[in-house]
Amino acid sequence: MMQADVLNGDVLTGGFADAPVQAARAFRAALEVMARPGKIETVAGAEAPGISTAAAVLLLTLCDRETPIHLAPGCDSEALKRWIAFHIGAPVVAAEEAMFALGGWEALKPLDRYRIGTAEYPDRSVTLIVEVEALESAGMKLTGPGIETEAALSLPETDGFARNRLLFPLGWDCYFTARDRLAALPRTTKVEAL
Amino acid sequence: MTDQAYNFAYLDEQTKRMIRRALLKALAVPGYQVPFASREMPMPYGWGTGGVQVTAACLTPEDRLKVIDQGADDTTNAVSIRKFFERTAEVETTEHTAEASVIQTRHRIPEQPLEEGQILVYQVPIPEPLRFLEPRETETRKMHALEEYGLMHVKLYEDIAHNGAISTAYAYPVKVEGRYVMDPSPIPKFDNPKLENAAIQLFGAGREQRIYALPPHTKVVSLDFEDHPFEASKADHACDLCGCGTSYLDEVITDDAGGRMFVCSDTDFCATRQAQGHRGALSPQEEYA
Repeated sequence: MMQADVLNGDVLTGGFADAPVQAARAFRAALEVMARPGKIETVAGAEAPGISTAAAVLLLTLCDRETPIHLAPGCDSEALKRWIAFHIGAPVVAAEEAMFALGGWEALKPLDRYRIGTAEYPDRSVTLIVEVEALESAGMKLTGPGIETEAALSLPETDGFARNRLLFPLGWDCYFTARDRLAALPRTTKVEAL
Repeated sequence: MTDQAYNFAYLDEQTKRMIRRALLKALAVPGYQVPFASREMPMPYGWGTGGVQVTAACLTPEDRLKVIDQGADDTTNAVSIRKFFERTAEVETTEHTAEASVIQTRHRIPEQPLEEGQILVYQVPIPEPLRFLEPRETETRKMHALEEYGLMHVKLYEDIAHNGAISTAYAYPVKVEGRYVMDPSPIPKFDNPKLENAAIQLFGAGREQRIYALPPHTKVVSLDFEDHPFEASKADHACDLCGCGTSYLDEVITDDAGGRMFVCSDTDFCATRQAQGHRGALSPQEEYA
């Protein structure tokens, strides 16, 4: 069984069986949640050691040799590094150089060390992939582009997002992953406690 | 060579990942132009290579694709792009706006309101709204960074000084979420109010290697002046085939004696109305049984 092999440290398994089609479906989910902050989608098709299905799917869909990845403490096992080396080929780097960073919310901190882009190229910023226990459409109130009136999402805090939003158009963008569930929070979204 | 010799949706996976990363950052910074490494496509620049690459990066096998060129489903550009994806992605295609999950468009927004679950992909020739005012990319980048858009207002003001009104009729500049000035591609300014809708809107400029985007319900304001407010104008007629008085119209010359007619630019919208029994001034006489 695929998952069992991955957990046993077999890094050769856990990738997409049909990459073009599975990556296309996964990207549509990633696009949909980034365009509509607060929306939760379900993804499938990848397993990597020690991280959620959704995080593994995101890495396979968006990362390659051109995208340096930072692995925060707790997500930096040798097994995962070997899995990334085999399936993706992305260099594993320090937080300051990363295009993608993976880990729990507290483990990813301090947040002010990541790339936030430049005034002329605000797109050259990190995308954080935040592993969380669960994702629900409840908790913090979200408003901004992509949201007609308001949305809700279970987020770890409000302060970090508020500070990030002040940097606009610079700043980082977030995916949240829990098991096979995926949500996103771009830098434009205003996060308030209910 | 069989069609299966192509990867799904034509582009290789690494190219799609590069385009997909650009699309996500474009959604995160609405209206900002993200550079991307545009590929050569099996069609010339100017025929929608940017739109085709964005569509290829977004399509899934479950999608139903509609392609329009100036509102029409049956023109050369639309037909050939639709066939391209029928062959390389084996997706279903449609001419009905409501049935499509992905719509690639050249220079129009469909008349029927777009809904959640739909993606509108624009083909963009010149993504930089400031390009005709300042030819240097290094300078326009700086102008966007500094939010220095005075030159655009001078241009619109000169329109008023010369013509008494803002004469820009298409590619009318907009400001997105109060920050970036954006070229909505050469859609008629009649379509500008429709830029605020429930669909995801993605813009691809192949030759100029830029991608930008509007998330659903993003605030999009057409630039204007208090005493010369923006006006979404159209030809002052009703459609001569379906009688619609609110759709955007094409003028068609019918003879060499000054004869002309006005018809809906959106062919699906017009045909649907005619099928529902709506008639215009020049509709053929009904046949009676």
